[in-house]
Amino acid sequence: MFFLPRACLVAPLTAVLFFTSLLGGCAERGAEVGGGETKAERLVVYSSRNEQLLAPVLARYEAHSGVKVDYATDKAGVLLERIKAEGANSPADVLITVDAGTLGFAASQGLFQPLDSSIVEQAVPVHLRDPKGRWAGLSLRARTIVYSTDRVAKQDLSSYAALAEPSWQGRLCLRTSKKVYNQSLVAMLISELGEQQAERVVKGWVANLAIPPTSNDTKVMEAIVAGRCDIGIVNTYYFGRMQNAQANLPLALFWPDQAAGQGGVHVNVAGAGILQHAPRAAAARRFIEWLVSDEAQAIFAGVNQEYPVTSTTEVDQQVASWGVFRASQQPLADAWLLQPAAVKLMDRVGYR
Amino acid sequence: MTLNWQGLRWQLLLLLIASPALMTLASVFASFFMGDADTMAHLRRYVLPDAILNSLALVVCVSLLAGFLGVMLAWLTAACEFPLRRFFSWALFLPMAVPGYVMAFALVGMFESNGSLHRSVLASWPELSWWPDVYAFPVVVLCLSLVLYPYVYLLARNAFQTRGQRSLEVGQSLGLSARQSFFRVALPMARPWIAGGILLVAMETLADFGAVSVFNFDTLTTTIYKAWFSLFSLPAALRIAAALLLFVLVLIMLERYTRRMQRYADNKSKSLLERRQKLSRLQQALALLACGVVLLCAFILPALQLLAWAMPQRAVELTPRFWSALTGTVWLATMAACIVTVLAVLLAFVARTRQGRLVPVLVRLCTMGYALPGSVLAVGVFVPVAAFAAWLASQGYPSSWLQGSLLVMMLGYSVRFMAVAYTPLENNLLRVTPSIDLAAQSLGVSGWRMLKRVHLPMLHSGLLTALVLVFVDVMKELPITLMTRPFGFNTLAVRIFEFTSEGQWQRAAMPALAIVGAGLLPVFLLIRGSESSVSARADVVRAPQATLIYEQK
Repeated sequence: MFFLPRACLVAPLTAVLFFTSLLGGCAERGAEVGGGETKAERLVVYSSRNEQLLAPVLARYEAHSGVKVDYATDKAGVLLERIKAEGANSPADVLITVDAGTLGFAASQGLFQPLDSSIVEQAVPVHLRDPKGRWAGLSLRARTIVYSTDRVAKQDLSSYAALAEPSWQGRLCLRTSKKVYNQSLVAMLISELGEQQAERVVKGWVANLAIPPTSNDTKVMEAIVAGRCDIGIVNTYYFGRMQNAQANLPLALFWPDQAAGQGGVHVNVAGAGILQHAPRAAAARRFIEWLVSDEAQAIFAGVNQEYPVTSTTEVDQQVASWGVFRASQQPLADAWLLQPAAVKLMDRVGYR
Repeated sequence: MTLNWQGLRWQLLLLLIASPALMTLASVFASFFMGDADTMAHLRRYVLPDAILNSLALVVCVSLLAGFLGVMLAWLTAACEFPLRRFFSWALFLPMAVPGYVMAFALVGMFESNGSLHRSVLASWPELSWWPDVYAFPVVVLCLSLVLYPYVYLLARNAFQTRGQRSLEVGQSLGLSARQSFFRVALPMARPWIAGGILLVAMETLADFGAVSVFNFDTLTTTIYKAWFSLFSLPAALRIAAALLLFVLVLIMLERYTRRMQRYADNKSKSLLERRQKLSRLQQALALLACGVVLLCAFILPALQLLAWAMPQRAVELTPRFWSALTGTVWLATMAACIVTVLAVLLAFVARTRQGRLVPVLVRLCTMGYALPGSVLAVGVFVPVAAFAAWLASQGYPSSWLQGSLLVMMLGYSVRFMAVAYTPLENNLLRVTPSIDLAAQSLGVSGWRMLKRVHLPMLHSGLLTALVLVFVDVMKELPITLMTRPFGFNTLAVRIFEFTSEGQWQRAAMPALAIVGAGLLPVFLLIRGSESSVSARADVVRAPQATLIYEQK
């Protein structure tokens, strides 16, 4: 009663609020008019890499180039629909995602134009970018084995597939199969071992699970620390984060599949491409070329304790302390073709 | 001629209000027959059977538990007298401000084995070997029920407060005990409110993604996202979403059908406030215990857990960016609450005054958005708008006012939260007897003037409820906000998303606490408002009639 806006107040108030909301749009439009290819003082980035990892990189680029970078973060799948819906009218120039499968799918949907940059081609190894030049990896994330230093001997470890052996019965922890990191790992297994063999391996993992699949990688490591299981598979930067939060962590990383004839550690990339309808394609190209420079690589990978894609960039000290490894050389460009197969495989064997 | 024109005007208004919802539903249903056969066959064989069972079990259990908690607490705080009643009457609504996914990660953090509680228990009893599995189905049910019961609580309380004392007195004169009069008189009379509240709970449960994914619990919603994000098949996802919507529509229609012959108008008698039931000592203790336990589990414990996570982060978190997210959230929620409520009032009024076969169906469709998984709805709103903007641009008209403005955001919110605003208003309109309408008409008051002079003053508590529910819901909303926010515009929910998308739950605690905190004020005002409105109700009801007579002269 005492604070409820009367009907006669609500209507004008709503009208005012409504038009303020439109004004927001007009201000946006004012900024838009100055844009365009000739005066490239602005760049628009859509990203599924989250804000606190992206913002420091963009801030450095703004300082470096004087270009004002606007960005919108969202889930990758939603961003793709958004770009499709906006079509030729889209304000976005660059798409950044954290999975090669998504990049490949976006490319297959015709959302990218060729990067057309010799700088990117020289800096980024060929298996970490699209052979047709539509996107390039920007940081490397390794998904590897983590084990309890109290209960597991390093010499008992060898490969991802070996985790399916009965000796690990009741000792394995895995994250949910709904996370794209596990989907791309299984996709790699499919292309290395063939679908049948990969299915046997994943089935073995499920049989060895000590607890139901967890909702994230940190929970896997926490379960190992708590003694509920002995071994798991995680992205290295989660391990790094936990190392920083907790001294004397009774965990260690192991690099699997290193022997001759084996495929190497599973890696995925965060990467970027220039959108088909980018209003400022040249500026977008300069931005991506800057992203593969040593200066940018150190921040882009460094803020999240990932590995740079370029060989010339120095790796963060803590990350380097985990040791060197041979990464899988499989071209990531086809990952999106195998990802749905991987998801179906995991559904079939009951890997939730 | 004039009459026809009037009728047409109403229909146009109704269509205008319904168009965003219809547009969204159309874009969801458009691919109903398109989902690629391969993906659908796989899902049907390996995923959907479990997902459907899980979703059904979850919806039934959460509706029952949230319904029970909501009705019980509403009756206690509205109709009984016990110590701390006034405090509990608003405090019990607080869990509403806790987003489901936040409750989930707080619960897991607290209760999981080797979580904070387990460790402190182990410190005192090292020999303890058993610990409950926090990822089990009952915990998922508990989690959702604890954050969703406030919908039922609020609506049921509203019903208990506004229903007349006289019918209870009649019951008692016929020899009904206090318990009998609750079950045989009060409860049936509050049915539309309770059903409306439970329906909101059921829809939100079906649409929930955040909370169930913390528990890695597979539902229809997680299947929808699996089809879309992992199997790259949006059509298959939309197909499942459309089936989900049909299911909800059938539920609603069934509920309507079973009470089609009933009328609930009753506003002429003295309010409950004057006659709260006196409880015995034991009953008072039990009432206190019930309220206390629910408040502890649903609010105090999770808030403490969040606080424990947030405090070490406060130096890093409390940046200007955080404060701008806080003000942005409050501003956005206020704006959305006003806009959605106004639309809901218009809708409720049209639905009441205009008869016809099409009207109830249209109104129902307007409220369906609440049952859609957030990202599906966001895309459903965004795609047609973006297509329209692209068409405008191709014709050479300015189109950027449609992009990155709050207009699309408000459109999305109104599709999503129409059910939340509409339910309390619709129920309160049931209280306005048709004879009042007739009286008003006989005095020459109709159309807009009837809404303004007769209905709105009587809708006071329903309006308040709608405003607060939408306000709090918009604060928690994520997918529409994410997709349609202007560049650089941040809300607290968006900040939570940024952290949790990379598994940094602890860092999300500060914005989560801020959402809860920002929800306190409107909740407090709402309960204060509803208490005072009950005592003022008799006057409010009389007032418009008095003015009508005055005008006639």
